[in-house]
Amino acid sequence: MAERPLLREQTTGPQQTTSPEMRSSLTIRLAGDAGDSIQLMGQRLAHSAALQGHTIYTLPDFPSEIRAPVGSLPGVFGYLIVIDSDAAPIPGDGTDVLLAMNPAALKVHLAELMPGGLLLVDRDAFTIDNLLSAGYLSDPLNDASLADYRVCKVAITSTSREALEPFKLFRAEADRCKSLFALGLLCRLFDCSPQPTMGWLSAKFAKKPEVFQANQRAIEAGYRYGDSSEMVSAIALLGRYRIARARVVPGRYRQVSGHEAIALALITAATRSRRRLVYAAHPLPTAGELLHRLAELQRWAGCIFQAEDEAAAVGAAVGAAFGGCLGVTASSGNGLVRKSDAIGLAVITELPLVVVAVQHAGPSVGLSTKPEQSDLLLSLFGRNGECPTVVMAVSSPADGFTMTLEACRIALKYMTPVILLTDASLIHAAETWRIPEISTLPRLDAPLTTGPNSSVGEQGVSTPRSSSLTFSPTIAQGESVFLPYRRDQRLVRSWAVPGTPGLEHRLGGLEKEDETGHVSYDPRNHERMVGLRATKIARIADDLPPLEVNGPTQGDVLLVGWGGTIGPLRLAADRLRSRGFSVAHAHLRYLNPLPTNTPDVLRRYRTVLVAELNQGQLAWLLRGAFLIDCISFIKMQGKPLSIREIEQQVEQLLGLSTQVTG
Amino acid sequence: MLASSSLPLLPKDLASDCEVRWCPGCGDFSILAQMKKVLSVLGLPRERMVFVSGLGCAGRFPYYLNTYGFQTIHGRAVAVATGLKLARPELLVWVITGDGDGLSAGGNHLLHAMRRNVDIKVILINNEVLGRSKGQSSPTSRVGTRTKSNPLGTFDTPLRPLSVALAAEATFVARTVDVDIDHLGETLLRAARHRGAAFVEIYQNCNVFNPDVFAYASDKAVKFDNVVYVEHGKPMIFGKDRDRGVRLNGLTLEVVSRSQVASSELLLHDETLAEPILAHLLARMTYQPDDPTSMPEVMGVLRAVERPPHHDQVEAHQTGCDPSEVDLAAFYATGETWTYEENEPPGNQLP
Repeated sequence: MAERPLLREQTTGPQQTTSPEMRSSLTIRLAGDAGDSIQLMGQRLAHSAALQGHTIYTLPDFPSEIRAPVGSLPGVFGYLIVIDSDAAPIPGDGTDVLLAMNPAALKVHLAELMPGGLLLVDRDAFTIDNLLSAGYLSDPLNDASLADYRVCKVAITSTSREALEPFKLFRAEADRCKSLFALGLLCRLFDCSPQPTMGWLSAKFAKKPEVFQANQRAIEAGYRYGDSSEMVSAIALLGRYRIARARVVPGRYRQVSGHEAIALALITAATRSRRRLVYAAHPLPTAGELLHRLAELQRWAGCIFQAEDEAAAVGAAVGAAFGGCLGVTASSGNGLVRKSDAIGLAVITELPLVVVAVQHAGPSVGLSTKPEQSDLLLSLFGRNGECPTVVMAVSSPADGFTMTLEACRIALKYMTPVILLTDASLIHAAETWRIPEISTLPRLDAPLTTGPNSSVGEQGVSTPRSSSLTFSPTIAQGESVFLPYRRDQRLVRSWAVPGTPGLEHRLGGLEKEDETGHVSYDPRNHERMVGLRATKIARIADDLPPLEVNGPTQGDVLLVGWGGTIGPLRLAADRLRSRGFSVAHAHLRYLNPLPTNTPDVLRRYRTVLVAELNQGQLAWLLRGAFLIDCISFIKMQGKPLSIREIEQQVEQLLGLSTQVTG
Repeated sequence: MLASSSLPLLPKDLASDCEVRWCPGCGDFSILAQMKKVLSVLGLPRERMVFVSGLGCAGRFPYYLNTYGFQTIHGRAVAVATGLKLARPELLVWVITGDGDGLSAGGNHLLHAMRRNVDIKVILINNEVLGRSKGQSSPTSRVGTRTKSNPLGTFDTPLRPLSVALAAEATFVARTVDVDIDHLGETLLRAARHRGAAFVEIYQNCNVFNPDVFAYASDKAVKFDNVVYVEHGKPMIFGKDRDRGVRLNGLTLEVVSRSQVASSELLLHDETLAEPILAHLLARMTYQPDDPTSMPEVMGVLRAVERPPHHDQVEAHQTGCDPSEVDLAAFYATGETWTYEENEPPGNQLP
C-alpha cells in the first residue's frame, strides 16, 4: 500500500512525553458530513472498545436539518464516544479527542475540545470550497488558531482512495469507505481490534462480497496507517492515551440506547405481567425513536399503533387499559400537554397507563432535539382538577430499562397513570448494559377481577354514600355485587375488563360515587374521592426504595438532582470529596411520591444545592413539600451540566471561590 | 347488577340501575329503547358489548345500559374505542357521539377510524346544536340557526356528517331518525352486523335548544314528501303517494314526476358500489323548505362495502407473540452481546 509521507511540520502543538498517558476515561468526538457515516464509525469504535474491556457511552448529535448542503455547518453530524473504566461511563466536560472530517465539523465542535486535546483532521477535506462553506476566511490548519491543541493532519480521503484503487470503484463509492479508513486508524490509536467490525461487515454484506472486500481493505489500510513510521512518530510526538480496563460486574453485556432500553423493558413488562402490550404513539422527534424501535421488535411486542395525533395515542392507550392490556404511550415536549386531558381521565377512572415523556427545551416546540428538565412540574400538576399521578425519571440510557419496568409495575399494581420522564439526550445516548438474569427481574402482578367483590348489606356497601345502590330496586340485601370502585387496603380498585360475565360496569370522566362508580354530584362524595385518589398515590411511597446518598451521610453540602444529570453531579461530588470537602450527592428517581426519607436526608446537610436543567422546578417542589431551603443551580442551554460548573458552585458555597461560570 | 348474562337477553335486561336523566321529550330516549331491542337480538352476551362515549348529552348513553361502558372526554371516544378494539377484537364496541363531540374535538379521530375501518359502530346523534353546554351552534347547525353563541343566526357552513364519513373511506354509512323507530332499529341492527367501521347519523330532536329542526323529516304528515327511504337494488321513489322519483342527469340528481318519467329511468340504489360516487351524491341531497323542486333527504344505508377491518390488518401485519410466550433470555440476546469476565479479556460474541 502506498503510504503518503507524513512530514514533520504537519504535526504541531506542545511537545509531549512519549509514554502513553493512562486515563480512566476518554471522551472522543467524531464529526463530519451526514454522508460521512459518522454514526457507523462511532458505533463500531464503541463496540470494539467494549470488547477490549471498557464500558462505553455514546451520544449522536444529529444535524438540525434533514438534508443540509454538503460541507455546511448545519449539515455537521457529531458522535460522542466515552471509553471508560467506570461501571457507569460519564462524558467529561470537554472532549479529549476530536476527529474532524471537514472544516465545518472542525468549526462546530472545536470549542468542546479541551486545551491540549488531540485533534485529528482529514486534511484533504480542507479545500477552498469547504473552508468557505464553513465560513473560514483563513485555513485553520495553516494559521495559529489551533495552537492550543495537538493537531494531527491525516490525508484520510486520498490515502483511502489509494488503498482502494485495485477495486476500480467510482470515486463516490470509494469515498464512502473513507470513514472505515478513519475507523481503522482510530482502532489503532485507541488499542481496539478492528476484527469485530470486519465480522459485522461480512455479515452485513454477505450478499455483496465485493462491497465487503472494499470496506475491509479500507479498515485495514487505516489500521496499518496508524502503524506507519510517520504516524507512529507523529503520535509519539503528540502523545497517546491508554484507557484502564473497566471494573464491572462480570456477565453478559450489550449496548443499549435510551429508547432501546425502554422498548426492551416494555416487552419485559408485558411478559412478566402477562398483559399484552398496546403501545400507541404519534411520532414526534425524539419520542418517535421509541416507536421505531418497538416496530422493529414487532415479533416480540404486542401491538404497535401509530395514532393520528397525541390525543388519539393516549386515548387508545387508555382504551387498551380498559380492555385489560398494558397501555403505553410516549410523547416529547408539547406532546405531553396534548395528552393531559386523557391522563386526567385515567386518573379518575383509575386505569393503569404508562406515559413516557421525552423532555426537550421549550416552551412550545422550543429546541425539539435538545435536552431539558423543564416538564417536571407539568407532569406533577399539568392537568385540571386535583389530579395526582406517579412521576418518575430515567437517569441514564440503561437506567431506562429499570425505571420503565418500575413504571409498569406501579401502574399495574396501583391502577394509576405513571409519567416516566426522560430527555432528548438520554433517549439517543447509548451505554453498556448488563443483560439481567431472568430470575432477578421483578414480578409484575396484574390480576384481573373475575367475580363479585362485595355483598349488599356489608359494611360500606349500604352506607348513605352508596345511595344509588341502596335504593336500587333490582338488588336484594346480601346479594353478591361487583363494585368497580371498591378498594383494597392499599386503596386500589378492582380491574375488571369487558368480556368478563357479571361484572358489567361503567367508567367515566365524571366524578363517581364512591364504590359504585355511578355519576355523583354530591359535594361530600367529591371531597372524599379527591382525598382517596390523593392518598392512594401518596401511599405508594411506602413501596419505593429510600433515597440513597453517595458520600457522607451528613455534612456541608448535599447535591440533589434528578434525571439525566446524574453523571456530572456524581463526578463533581466525587472530585470535591477527593479534595477533602464534605459533599454528598443524592439523585431522585421518584418525583411523585417522593421517597419517604427525602426530608430526613435533606435535613442532614448544612446546604442543599439542587442542580437541574430548568428554572428550579425540583427546588420549588422540595421547598414547598418540606419547608427546607434549597439553593438552586440552573442551566437552560439545551446542554448537560458540566462537572466543573458544579464544582465551582460548591466551592463558592463553601466560601472557597467567588468565580462561577455557568 | 349481577343479573345473569345468559341468553336470550330481553331489552329490559339491558337497562342499568342508573336513572335516565335526559330532558323530557328528548330524542335520545327513543334511541336508547331501540338500542336495547337491537342488542337483545344479536345473540351476544352483555359482557361482550361495550359502549364508549365522549361528552354532550349523548355521552351519558353508556351509563344507562347494563353492558360495559366508558364515558370518556370531549371528542376522544373514537380514540379510546380504537385502543379497546386493539386490545379486545372480540368485543362489540359502540361509540355514541353527537354533532358537537364527534365533529368538533373528535373530528380528526372520526376520520382516522373510518379510513382504518376500525370495527366500531359510531352512532352520531345529530341535533344541530350543543345541548349539554346549553345551546350553542354546533358544526352541523344550519345557516341562520339562532343560538346562544350566534343570536343573530349561525353563518358558518355546516358539515354534512355523511359526506365526512364517506370522504374518510367509511365502509358503512347510514342515516335514520329518532322517532321512526322501525327504521332506526333496522339501521342500528345493520350497523351492528357490519364488519368494520359503521357510521350512522341519527336526526334527533333537541326539544329544548333546537326544537323541530328535523320536523320535515320526522313528522308523519310531511316526511314522505321530504325524505326518500333508500333500499339496495330498488328505485328511488318517494312522496306520500309515491309519485316522485330521483333520476341521475349528467353529474347531478333531479326529482322527477313518476307520471312523466318511465320507472326504468329512475335511479336504482346500490349500496355496494366500490366507488362511493353515488353515495356522495345521496349524502348531499338537501331538503329546502318552501321550494317545490326541493330534493328529499336520504334515509337508509348509503354505503355498505367490505374491507378488512383494522384488527384483521393488525393481526396480519403484526405477529407480536403472546406475552407469556416471549423467551426473554433469547430476546435480550438479539443484536451484538459480549461477556465481561473477571480479569480476562472479553470474548467477541458476534451473532
